[in-house]
Amino acid sequence: MALKIVKGSIDRMFDKNLQDLVRGIRNHKEDEAKYISTCIDEIKQELKQDNIAVKANAVCKLTYLQMLGYDVSWAAFNIVEVMSSSKFTYKRIGYLAASQCFHESTDVIMLTTNQIRKDLSSPNQYDTGVALTGLSCFVTPDLARDLANDIMTLMSHTKPYIRKKAVLIMYKVFLKYPESLRPAFPRLKEKLEDPDPGVQSAAVNVICELARRNPKNYLSLAPLFFKLMTSSTNNWVLIKIIKLFGALTPLEPRLGKKLIEPLTNLIHSTSAMSLLYECVNTVIAVLISLSSGMPNHSASIQLCVQKLRILIEDSDQNLKYLGLLAMSKILKTHPKSVQSHKDLILQCLDDKDESIRLRALDLLYGMVSKKNLMEIVKKLMLHVDKAEGTTYRDELLTKIIDICSQSNYQYITNFEWYISILVELTRLEGTRHGHLIASQMLDVAIRVKAIRGFAVAQMATLLDNAHLLTGNMQRMGICEVLYAAAWICGEFSEHLENPMQTLEAMLRPKVATLPGHIQAVYVQNAAKLFATVLKSQEGNTDSTAAQETSQLMIDRLPLFVQSANLEVQERASCILQLVKYIQKLQQKDVEVAEEVSALFAGELNPVAPKAQKKVPVPEGLDLDSWINEPPSESESEDEQPKAIFAKEEPKHSRPRREEVDEKELAKRREARKQEQANNPFYIKASPSSQKVYQEAPGVEHIPVVQIDLSVPLKVPGLPMSDQYVKLEEERRQKERAEKKKKEKKKRKEKRSGRGKKHDSGPESEEDITPAHQVDIVTEEMPENALPSDDDDKDPNDPHKALDIDLDKPLADSEKLPVRSHRAAEAPKSPTEDGDATSQEPKKKSSKEKREKKKDKDRDRKKSKEEKKKKKHKHEEKGEDLLGGEAEEPVVQSEETNEVAAPPTSTSAEVSDLDFWLSNAPVPSNTQETATVAAAEAAPMPEATSGIAPDSEPDEPKDTEMEETKSSKHKKKKQKKEKEEKEKKKKKKHHHHHHHSDGGGEEAVQNGTVEEEEPLPPMSNYCLLAENSYVKMVYDIQGNLQDGSQVVVSVIFENKCDSFLKSMEFNVLDSLNSKLQRPEGSGPHDGLTVPFQLPPGVSNEARFVFTVQSIIMPQKLKGTLTFIVKNEDSSTHEKLDFKLHFTCTSYLITTPCYSDAFAKLLESGDLKCSSVRLEGVNMPFHHLLARICFHHHFSVVERIDSCASMYSRSIQGHHVCLLVKVSAQTVSIDAKCDEPTLLGNVLDEIKQTFSQC
Amino acid sequence: VQNTVQHVLLQAEDMQQQIIRETFHLVSKRDDNVCNFLEGGSLIGGSDYKLIYRHYATLYFVFCVDSSESELGILDLIQVFVETLDKCFENVCELDLIFHMDKVHYILQEVVMGGMVLETNMNEITTQVDVQNRMEKSEGGLSAAPARAVSAVKNMNLPEIPRNINIGDINIKVPSLSPF
Repeated sequence: MALKIVKGSIDRMFDKNLQDLVRGIRNHKEDEAKYISTCIDEIKQELKQDNIAVKANAVCKLTYLQMLGYDVSWAAFNIVEVMSSSKFTYKRIGYLAASQCFHESTDVIMLTTNQIRKDLSSPNQYDTGVALTGLSCFVTPDLARDLANDIMTLMSHTKPYIRKKAVLIMYKVFLKYPESLRPAFPRLKEKLEDPDPGVQSAAVNVICELARRNPKNYLSLAPLFFKLMTSSTNNWVLIKIIKLFGALTPLEPRLGKKLIEPLTNLIHSTSAMSLLYECVNTVIAVLISLSSGMPNHSASIQLCVQKLRILIEDSDQNLKYLGLLAMSKILKTHPKSVQSHKDLILQCLDDKDESIRLRALDLLYGMVSKKNLMEIVKKLMLHVDKAEGTTYRDELLTKIIDICSQSNYQYITNFEWYISILVELTRLEGTRHGHLIASQMLDVAIRVKAIRGFAVAQMATLLDNAHLLTGNMQRMGICEVLYAAAWICGEFSEHLENPMQTLEAMLRPKVATLPGHIQAVYVQNAAKLFATVLKSQEGNTDSTAAQETSQLMIDRLPLFVQSANLEVQERASCILQLVKYIQKLQQKDVEVAEEVSALFAGELNPVAPKAQKKVPVPEGLDLDSWINEPPSESESEDEQPKAIFAKEEPKHSRPRREEVDEKELAKRREARKQEQANNPFYIKASPSSQKVYQEAPGVEHIPVVQIDLSVPLKVPGLPMSDQYVKLEEERRQKERAEKKKKEKKKRKEKRSGRGKKHDSGPESEEDITPAHQVDIVTEEMPENALPSDDDDKDPNDPHKALDIDLDKPLADSEKLPVRSHRAAEAPKSPTEDGDATSQEPKKKSSKEKREKKKDKDRDRKKSKEEKKKKKHKHEEKGEDLLGGEAEEPVVQSEETNEVAAPPTSTSAEVSDLDFWLSNAPVPSNTQETATVAAAEAAPMPEATSGIAPDSEPDEPKDTEMEETKSSKHKKKKQKKEKEEKEKKKKKKHHHHHHHSDGGGEEAVQNGTVEEEEPLPPMSNYCLLAENSYVKMVYDIQGNLQDGSQVVVSVIFENKCDSFLKSMEFNVLDSLNSKLQRPEGSGPHDGLTVPFQLPPGVSNEARFVFTVQSIIMPQKLKGTLTFIVKNEDSSTHEKLDFKLHFTCTSYLITTPCYSDAFAKLLESGDLKCSSVRLEGVNMPFHHLLARICFHHHFSVVERIDSCASMYSRSIQGHHVCLLVKVSAQTVSIDAKCDEPTLLGNVLDEIKQTFSQC
Repeated sequence: VQNTVQHVLLQAEDMQQQIIRETFHLVSKRDDNVCNFLEGGSLIGGSDYKLIYRHYATLYFVFCVDSSESELGILDLIQVFVETLDKCFENVCELDLIFHMDKVHYILQEVVMGGMVLETNMNEITTQVDVQNRMEKSEGGLSAAPARAVSAVKNMNLPEIPRNINIGDINIKVPSLSPF
């Protein structure tokens, strides 16, 4: 044996290690592939050996080969073997290999779950670390689901090294298994204040990453981050937080206001450029979000622009680049402040660094105005000439076109100039963007009617000089412009000076060398030209000219008939025959021009690019249904045609045309015309059908173009765009002089007339009128076009799944799967799983899963519904939130309290945020929020502190937590009063923002609507029983899935110094209500509480009860027995209690739309009842919130001091309330299909309010 | 010349190679006096992504990051990474990295984990790397004593003399973050 080991290690001396492999590869440069293939063979041999060291060495080499691009997936199993070695050295090699080679489709990943779990819980922190690192690279949805709980536990590991890794990897877990986000979030939040800076940084990192994608869910963390920002000295953390704020501010303008000051301070004080840069970036984001409401931030803008200028002027190219990048953001909202630095930016165009030039180009895009467009483009044209590389030149070209065509040619005052620019661009060597220029030419010619004459002239010249463009193969890209030129000349041929000449140019033999699609256009448009020429010639007395033209066509067209391109050939032969026929007619002296040009009559209108998508599906049309039922599979394919032909049934074959008489045909034609008139995609023959459109102004409605005579219409020869710049200057000067004479009134009128074009440029812009009063034909959209513009979203974005409301309390179904072997879907033993529901036997577990799924779906639906609602009803928003709140906080119980999910009270948080935002940054204030955060983060005392002092007056305030909370609350109230006045001033403002920001954030909405007073914290937990050892509070909730089940959540709190164990919970069943016990146990057996309680600790357990009738409240007697264990003794104790099942606890918060609600009331199936509450002294929204929260209602609609509310029982009874308040009297009219239930619910509501 | 391309580990091998090749092509033709950022092409995931690189002697360190990272921050991170390499390899040179790719990866894993920045404090990184190396040594390492002796002999005919990367000089121009 010993000998074998020695032999093994001697063998290994001659094995290649990684270094040898690398050296070998370097020495075999010529036959590398061959060398590596021999190495892989060796590795395969090594992998077959038993010695783990040899295997690890082989895997190590494989990792290197993988890096070189060799496929090593065949060794995946060996990698797993090495991963599971007990030695750290080998384990690390294995995990490294796995992180490099494994991906989601690697099937052996399934085998690693348990190994990874083992490593995660290893006593050696580096084993854990290595496993976490590896896992972060290859985590799959399955791994994420199975290990989420283990990783979550590690987030509280004693070693910061593990904590930070665990925190960081949670992000990957969330991505793969979004359900884990909500349960894990409280702990993640807690880590924001971890004492270790590394862990804190990791937590900030993860939350920032999450918040970046779905910022609105993280708005409530703003106070905490604000505190971190003002206290942290870690630049990494600061940068992240500041970036995060940049994402949050658009959602909450008040936040921005609060941020400006500290950020400006940071900008002034920091020496780190990276931090400075991010601050500037966020200030910009803030300014953008405030741009509508805040006029007095010019100082901040100035500061930003100044700092950015310093960056841009810096010799460090990196800073220059970033400065330009940030500058482009300011540009969007504050173009004026950037425009003053035009010199600097133009200077950057000359930079030797392409990245910087491109950035500068981007900036130029936003900097143009009517005033400077020509000048800037002229500069760019110079650069085009100078540019050496084609890529940069192409980039310049696209930018010129982008700049000019942006927002519907907003800045172009002279389209002749633009056409000349386009024509000049065609002279570029070797550009790939011929089609771009072509489409611009087409677009301008079609949409700017006034320019057609000029454009046609230019295009004719282009066609004439086509040889210049096609001369050289390198220029093939640019010949695309000929496509546009030919079409424009053909379509608008009436504007041609000399159509005959152009026709000849288009029929030159050289044309045959052009690409097919261009030739096709040539042929077709030659026909159009032909029609025009005929028309002009027939007007003359000389008929020979017309015949000569036809002869020209007949002579030249055969060239195209022989074309290899199908399209060209087909068109050419058609037209050739047509012309031949025309020639015959001409010889008989028949006038044909009129009829020939009728072939091409009518005008094309531009159609918006999105028009197709926007066509609404007509009512009654189901696109998914079959037009013809698909043949059933039983019919063989051979049979089908046979059957048709053999029987020759006229029904199945085509309808016979002959039978249709003339009348019918005419009818159909009429119908088709009608249809076409309504069909937006049908090109209209007559302009009159235009009127069908309500929105798009018809072509004939466009005011007739007046051409300013001060502008010469033509520039002879190929245009030089520079001439236009001069001309334009002169024209403007002239105009200015004229304008001075005119009264101001007139100008105003003019301005309002052109209001549709929003001018963001400087005011002086207004003075510049376009050379021609140009009207740009708007693009057509189909009628009833759907207004939605959300078609740009990517449905595959993994972050979509993480759009989860984190403030909502955790629901039962959201627990993370607890440690268990996945393969065996066996029932979890009670000690392993804190959930009493899962104490049910095997059958249930699969059902549960299904239920969970359902649950999720419903949750998703619900949130969707809520979102919809939000859009619809402004007022409802606040209430909606309250409705959501009414879902009672559920404390999750877990084995040894590992997973603590504190019931975050939404109302408290929301009002905190609101409160925080509406105040000046007072340091004590932020501290306060910190304590709240701490309180919320601390899992143990949370359960009790959730009990609000004012909702449970008889509850002794015995925990410290409670005291801090209530005192905090008092403090707040005092402060409130002080700042009430200040607030009221601000209120106006808030409302303003609120409107300006449209569908903002839920939490904020609540705050702005119910500004007056924050809601007090509420809880539904009430005391069950208490003695010197233990205290129990409980809450009852209906089971969403099962109409006959309710879940009782009981929080047990250990009040003594001893250990409480073997707790048994038992209830004396009644006929109506029974405790669900595990299968096999007797009807009187107690249930073991699945945890023990160390001194001072509390935990929650749930018990499921089945109930038959839910119309009456009920009380059940029960006992808790437990063992009190001291160091030396243990005693049996018991505590009796009475469980009170109120009728309220059978109600489930169910959202209801107002229309559905109205229908329900109209149905007449509901019985009526009402109740009056006297002396209720609280704001109406508090009242509603209380009903929502304590009695599981949701608000349907609220108008002033009147609200309708809805709830549903677990057995489907509808309960509707109409709550009215006048003075201190609240009257509640209620309807329900079960009068007894209703009566009891009303009694309970009455009781709730009598208590406060 | 060596590329370290991050965050693209999950792609298929040929894709990975293509990305590395193209990145190298892009980066290597850039002058030293141009900025260290490259706009993301379609290859690296679109416009949200940037290539941020640093050039040390014959080595390029390339990071590919999305817009949630601070550009200057990442430049500093590369500096931290290289300085850490320098410490761990005691005057790192190109050949160190080539022959000890595994170790480079281990160090990198202490800096970046699953594509996210894990640690930016150099002392913390080196401490953790050192502890793990010591653990490896105490376990006998992958190549125990005899093998190392052989390897030492093999090392004598190195094809190239390692060139040192002088980190100290390059350091100065970088806007440094304040100590963490």
